[in-house]
Amino acid sequence: MNRFSYLRAGSIEEAVKAAAADASARFIAGGTNLVDLMKYNVERPTRLIDITRLPLNTIEETESGGLRLGAMTTNDDVAHDALVRSRYPLLASAILAGASPQLRNAATTGGNLLQRTRCYYFYDTATPCNKREPGTGCPATFGRNRIHAILGTSDHCIATHPSDMCVALAALEAVIHVAGPDGERTIPISEFHRLPGDRPEIDTTLQHGEIITAVELPRTDFGVHHTYLKLRDRLSYAFALVSVAAALRMDGNTIAEARLALGGVAHKPWRDPDAEAMLRGHPASAELFAGVADHILREAKGFEDNAFKIDLARRGIVRALSQAAAGTPQSQTDKRIR
Amino acid sequence: MLKAHGYVGAPQNRVDGRAKVTGEARYAAEFDAPDLAYGIVISSAVAKGRITSIDASAALAIPGVVQVFTHENRPRTAWFNRNYRDDVAPPGSPFRPLYDEQVVYSGQPIALVVADEFEIAAHAASLVRIEYEIDTHMTDLDIKRSEAYVPPKKRSGVTPPPSPRGDADQAFARAPVKVHAEYRIAIEHHNPMEPHASTVIYEEDGKLTIHDKTQGVQNSQRYVSGVFGLSSDQVRVVSPFVGGAFGSGLRPQYQLFLAVMAALELKRSVRVVLTRDQMFTFGYRPQAIQTISLGANPDGTLQSIMHDAVQTTSSFEDYQEVIVNWSNLLYHCDNVKLTYSLAQVDTYTPSDMRAPGAATGVTAIETAMDELAYAAGIDPVELRLRNYTEVDEANKRDFTSKELRACYQLGAERFGWSKRNPQPRSMRERRELVGWGMATGVWEAFMQKTAARAVLGADGHLDVSTATSDIGTGTYTILTQIAADTLGVPIDKVTTRIGDSSLSKSPVQGGSWTAASAGTAVQVACRSVRETLFKYAREMDGSPLANASLEHVSFADGRIVLTNDQETGISFTDIMRARGVDKVEAEEKAAPGMMTSMRYSGYSHSAVFAEVRVDEELGIVRVTRIVNAVAAGTILNPKTARSQIIGGIVFGMGMALEEESLLDHNLGRFMNHNLAEYHVPVNADIHDIDVIFVSEHDDKLNPMGIKGLGEIGIVGTAAAIGNAIFHATGKRIRDYPITVDKILGS
Ligand SMILES: Cc1cc2nc3c(=O)[nH]c(=O)nc-3n(C[C@H](O)[C@H](O)[C@H](O)COP(=O)(O)OP(=O)(O)OC[C@H]3O[C@@H](n4cnc5c(N)ncnc54)[C@H](O)[C@@H]3O)c2cc1C
Ligand code: SF4
Repeated sequence: MNRFSYLRAGSIEEAVKAAAADASARFIAGGTNLVDLMKYNVERPTRLIDITRLPLNTIEETESGGLRLGAMTTNDDVAHDALVRSRYPLLASAILAGASPQLRNAATTGGNLLQRTRCYYFYDTATPCNKREPGTGCPATFGRNRIHAILGTSDHCIATHPSDMCVALAALEAVIHVAGPDGERTIPISEFHRLPGDRPEIDTTLQHGEIITAVELPRTDFGVHHTYLKLRDRLSYAFALVSVAAALRMDGNTIAEARLALGGVAHKPWRDPDAEAMLRGHPASAELFAGVADHILREAKGFEDNAFKIDLARRGIVRALSQAAAGTPQSQTDKRIR
Repeated sequence: MLKAHGYVGAPQNRVDGRAKVTGEARYAAEFDAPDLAYGIVISSAVAKGRITSIDASAALAIPGVVQVFTHENRPRTAWFNRNYRDDVAPPGSPFRPLYDEQVVYSGQPIALVVADEFEIAAHAASLVRIEYEIDTHMTDLDIKRSEAYVPPKKRSGVTPPPSPRGDADQAFARAPVKVHAEYRIAIEHHNPMEPHASTVIYEEDGKLTIHDKTQGVQNSQRYVSGVFGLSSDQVRVVSPFVGGAFGSGLRPQYQLFLAVMAALELKRSVRVVLTRDQMFTFGYRPQAIQTISLGANPDGTLQSIMHDAVQTTSSFEDYQEVIVNWSNLLYHCDNVKLTYSLAQVDTYTPSDMRAPGAATGVTAIETAMDELAYAAGIDPVELRLRNYTEVDEANKRDFTSKELRACYQLGAERFGWSKRNPQPRSMRERRELVGWGMATGVWEAFMQKTAARAVLGADGHLDVSTATSDIGTGTYTILTQIAADTLGVPIDKVTTRIGDSSLSKSPVQGGSWTAASAGTAVQVACRSVRETLFKYAREMDGSPLANASLEHVSFADGRIVLTNDQETGISFTDIMRARGVDKVEAEEKAAPGMMTSMRYSGYSHSAVFAEVRVDEELGIVRVTRIVNAVAAGTILNPKTARSQIIGGIVFGMGMALEEESLLDHNLGRFMNHNLAEYHVPVNADIHDIDVIFVSEHDDKLNPMGIKGLGEIGIVGTAAAIGNAIFHATGKRIRDYPITVDKILGS
């Protein structure tokens, strides 16, 4: 923990200005990740800009028939919102699969997008870590990597993005609205998180000083055939080893449209447009799903502890697609897997 | 004699429950003192080596920082090892915090930053720069096991394996049915909810009052006195409430040393609280690799038992526990070879964790017995009955009591075991394979010398006290019940005081011995008060009890009355008034009977039945049902007893499926050192748990026939779940915890 100053931002402009003026300032929302990181001395901001009072806590319908989730809405607000539940049940389900009720009450939509990896080494300043201290090395690659990535890794970092919510957002092709010193812009979710490459210290394409104001969900038609399947080391309150968000539009038994995103396997929610194309126009079947899974995982690479994730992901994809096709989404309260 | 109100044996709410749920109960880090200073521990980043420099200048420059203690400036402490040895220490040289520049394990405390405020100390701690000269370390048991050795010095209280009997190798070679396999148990950390903490209050006269998180206030007191050269009246250790410990509070931990050191040096009150990650920087349940060979006749009767265990210890102490002895204790066999060795790794010394040794050893033998049941084609319960033993064969002693047969029977009935199709993968429901497995549990019924005091006031209020602790087990409640019944006082007129080193002598709370030891001591002290009071009553002028004897009177509702004429009697108040005293008190000791210990072996037993459901394709396990039938002598309070067993079962589920401290052998460091990544069961993991107390009369162990319940619930649970997973999936996993990768793996 270090000393820092605190500012409660009264407006988005004030928040952006204050952040832009100080390279080591951080926004604080629910604080459920940032405060932990500060206690571990991983984040050492000189200034905290409290954005919880900004008027960004509403859920509104957009003109094009989608929804706009204010960045300050809590995970709990979103998961239990009537419009979200009826139009984007996949998102509600994914959120409820994560963390605990207490955490979801505090955690925000914006903060969830920006939560950092759970890699053990990243949290432990006694160890090297390229993400925390660029150039020091990646002990996870040759150490304990049970919870690490199997897709899109680099020699520099094999961490995962741990969010459940973001996996659903990826499948739903959400758009992130941000405001910064140079004005407002939007970032498609697929371009928001990045792969580690040789700059693992950079998680996203958000620039310093930019604030997330909202997440927009385009109009979709995945109210029935969807699921969020989270596979983990205990039945609740654990990060995903592998999770799968699947959303289908069915025409009889034929898949008219498909979205598939994986969590717990890469530095970002993993989507594979080719795999989705393989599903389109075909009748739902176990063979088709297995082929799709193989395709998604064709370049998967396991490490000492986590090679099992490749097999687990393959099985999870098949099951999730079956659940979605059958219109029997995974319940997040009854932990029996459907 | 204990019948007065019949509190003993009846379900009774916790007498400290209200204080706990209202927050009135205070824990070690919650006591305050004027001008309290806060200490933050800095832990070593490397596993082995030498500290070459510590630069604390930046930290010391921060206003509010009082001192940074390191090996370079620490005050002098005792020279001899014996001063650092606590009651529970294994043989070796106890770890000395800040002793010198040597680093012997990752996470070792190497500095204490003390400041006027907690936040300042935390900030300053992050500014201390430490340089090391790194040595090669080794934390991998698979490599170190080749250098394993039999501990030259036995740890007190831990029985080494008995000498071999018969010829186990030859009997195994000749046996028509065989099982031979290796079993692995991962390292676990206790992770009680309350982290270790010590608040040391520096009194005006220089004496210390220490609020310590401990399972033994007098153990902490002796340690502090020995290390810092203080007389025992200068040190008082108080710990009325403990937020769980599971063995982690048996030995004084380094935060106690550091807080006392700082308080003495600064002549100021100091508090040191460990962080959750630092809860992974001292004792743990050691990793064990066990090899078991069972040879049997076609009817399943054992011809040979060979059980070998190698487990980790530190480079400075030979930690030991009883792992292999259980195999022969549970089963009759004439050819037995049990062997046990240690391998040194560069971690802190392991420490007792709930059912130390038994949780490890019984998990392996009970998995092996399940394998034997399949190899011989015999029902697992039947196999155990065929090998049942009525005597402790290694020691040629009878049991004080043993109702294990009834445990098997009642447990099986409640579970519906007879409906089990033994064929693996034969039961399924939708996508899940259903498996039923069982195992035996066993734990020694210890008793330790303990003293207690009872003071009965003229107002009818009874105060009983002993220095034991209540780590959440319900000790306050059962002592209160025993006292109330012995003196015939309503339970709300009894105050029980424990967790204070100034009280009557008591050992640490561990080994499930507290109910038997402190319980008996309280009973004996109350009986002594009873006798004195009765003597006073008889000696009163015109006493209606003048000709009565103690056997013919009852103590009830604050009166002594004739048992067969309840109208005739005298109130406690009148007796004391007539005698001119305002209280009657007694301090008494209780200890295990020598004759009993020599002639008998005392154990509690259990039979655990588990149902699991395993998603066939995904390998995800749910434990949907547990029935545990326990024979543990007299059950003082069925309510707190049931909670103890449920807690033990949940612990066992953690051992079976989730708990594992992940060591990075390159760094020699535990990596999942937080509760997000070190998994213990959560509510969603827990389904039906059914606890049966099998009635068991024991008139040899102690007057009330108490055996204790703290550990027995975990023993056998992991094996029962593992065996159920085999029944469900046909896959035998001998490496605990059984995580999804092992279920899916080949
Ligand atoms: C024990 C535990 C278990 C958990 N389990 C899960 C789980 O199973 N699944 C899961 O998905 N998550 C899980 N989480 C993570 C949790 O979802 C995140 O911590 C939470 O979503 C972060 O939101 P927050 O509002 O608290 O963010 P904060 O901690 O306040 O902020 C996180 C980061 O986002 C930045 N930030 C916040 N809001 C904005 C904004 N509007 N614009 C720009 N930057 C912003 C902050 O500067 C900071 O860097 C768990 C967390 C814990 C502690
Ligand atoms: S995986 Fe990434 S976050 Fe983890 S140690 Fe390597 S570089 Fe750091």
